[in-house]
Amino acid sequence: MPQEHRLILKNIDQPGYTPDIECYLKHGGYEVLKKALAIQPKDLPEGKKQSGPEQIRDDVKLSGLRGRGGAGFSAGLKWSFVDRRSGKPIYLICNADESEPGTFKDRQIIHKDPHQLIEGMVISCYANDVKLAYIYIRGEMPEGARILNQAIAEAKAKGFLGKNICGSGYELEIHVHRGAGAYICGEETGLIESLEGKRPYPRIKPPYFPAVLGLYLCPTIVNNVETLCHVKHIVAMGGAEYAKLGTPNNTGTRIVSLSGQVKKPGYYEIEVGKATLGELINDPAFGGGLRDGRQLKAIIPGGSSSKVLKAGERFKLKRKAEGKEVEQEVGVLDLPYDFDSLAAAGTMSGSSAIIVIDDSTDIVEALANLSEFYAHESCGQCTPCREGSLWMSKTLHRLTHGGGRAGDADYLVKIADNIPGGRTICAFGEACSWPVQSFVAKFKDDFVAKGKADEEKRAKESAAKH
Amino acid sequence: MSDLQPFEAVPNPLIAQPDFKVPAEMDAAIDELISHYPKKRSATLMLLHAIQERYGFISEEAVNWVAKKLELQPINVLEVATFYPMFKHRPVGRWHLKVCRTLSCALAGSYQIHQGYCKKFGLDPHAHGAQTSKDGQVTVEFVECLAACGSAPVLMCNETLHENVSEAKANEIVGGCK
Repeated sequence: MPQEHRLILKNIDQPGYTPDIECYLKHGGYEVLKKALAIQPKDLPEGKKQSGPEQIRDDVKLSGLRGRGGAGFSAGLKWSFVDRRSGKPIYLICNADESEPGTFKDRQIIHKDPHQLIEGMVISCYANDVKLAYIYIRGEMPEGARILNQAIAEAKAKGFLGKNICGSGYELEIHVHRGAGAYICGEETGLIESLEGKRPYPRIKPPYFPAVLGLYLCPTIVNNVETLCHVKHIVAMGGAEYAKLGTPNNTGTRIVSLSGQVKKPGYYEIEVGKATLGELINDPAFGGGLRDGRQLKAIIPGGSSSKVLKAGERFKLKRKAEGKEVEQEVGVLDLPYDFDSLAAAGTMSGSSAIIVIDDSTDIVEALANLSEFYAHESCGQCTPCREGSLWMSKTLHRLTHGGGRAGDADYLVKIADNIPGGRTICAFGEACSWPVQSFVAKFKDDFVAKGKADEEKRAKESAAKH
Repeated sequence: MSDLQPFEAVPNPLIAQPDFKVPAEMDAAIDELISHYPKKRSATLMLLHAIQERYGFISEEAVNWVAKKLELQPINVLEVATFYPMFKHRPVGRWHLKVCRTLSCALAGSYQIHQGYCKKFGLDPHAHGAQTSKDGQVTVEFVECLAACGSAPVLMCNETLHENVSEAKANEIVGGCK
């Protein structure tokens, strides 16, 4: 039986658990920070010494932690790219601009356990020699910003932030910075531009890799809220122990945001890969199945940008069994919910947000809704994305408002195919075209039928006029 | 030469607010905000938030004031104020209802909630952007994902998030807007 494994959410929603520091301290809060600060330099075989922060960085690498924001990139590797020889200050930014449709996990941490995030941040900052860090929280979470400000003030008063943290001599300031309703600020270089007080136009890479030329053109680390919380648990357990959670290359736990047409939408923390998509949707411990009398139609597995999966689809996955690689056919509901399996199925686990769509929903309407989102949120910097996202949205609008054409399905794919693939500065180009490409490819009949029906209706009307 | 038409001036997105003034205590709070950043320009968004919280919108005077405060050109602030959807250029109603439009909420009936509000306050459900009722009391806006999809449909009334909004609850929320 698949079960939740609550690491980050351990205390969240427990009766009597409050977001203030007293409650956090009662539950063992900031003990891991003390442990991290007390790590002594270790002798290496070649006579060199490895400092405490270096050991933490190694531990994070060893843990196999992959970023929980969307790209799933190794956090330890990201940290290892940081330019530590430039002599410039290193900044750390917590990406709390949770805006990928379907995702609502970071909100729970910020609102219900803000000190866990702050402890994770202080440890991560210590490990990377950061003296100034920011939490970039989306503008639509004013309550979250207040809670974080309060938590920062509390932590400062207790000596977990500010000068000489816990008597170690280490110094760190964290400030909360509010966004103002732009999805593109979740893209790390866009976020940095926004934090510099400008329009959040993403920067081109190379040369603007944040690890080298980030905030104020200084080395910068941008990590998701959940990722930073995991760092605390990695230091608490040790990287090797943490890596035993989950499955190889997909270590640890992960909070899944489940929404859409299921009986029990909500957030569930699982060991990565230890539950399948089907279990997450149908098991009583998770989504509890579809509403009565409804059939599954489609699943968006990792936030609205991920490619849609169709009910009944089957995939050939390469799996390791008894040391050998074997090819296995797996149904969509039997896909283990991890980074690699979903990538092998041609989609991604992204921000781990599952949106379930049942047979009562018009699939064309669903895509029209998503496309309108992308048309609204394109920052407008690159022509293919700015024009393409709007163009797709307009086409889908006419297709859902009686003005469709049978050729619209192919037309949509033609536009979508011309946006991504190095034609845009950031990954938004991919994000807006993937849903269109996958929806139309997998539900082409629905799109063509809708367009055809509109054409026939128009032909009849015009015949009646003459 | 006579064939050439003069360029039509681009309308100013901002309106005037002759009585715009930053009181001393707000000025002090703003100075504190600026101190959070190694470079003053970074404080632009936070300053605009502070001004909008007090006055409800960003006026031409406000943009000029922020520019002066942060030692920037007004265009540097204007381009920020006009990019981010949360910054309003006209006064909004006392009650600002932001209904989530994106997929999970739409599947749970957010379009019906938005339509219901538009009907109630005499607004056009198909119009883009925020609309304010004739009496200036209520502003209704369709916004993109509010990151609370597990309890869809959701809406924000001013700064409060309301989850699992049924038709009855939607009416209750505006019933409290007095």
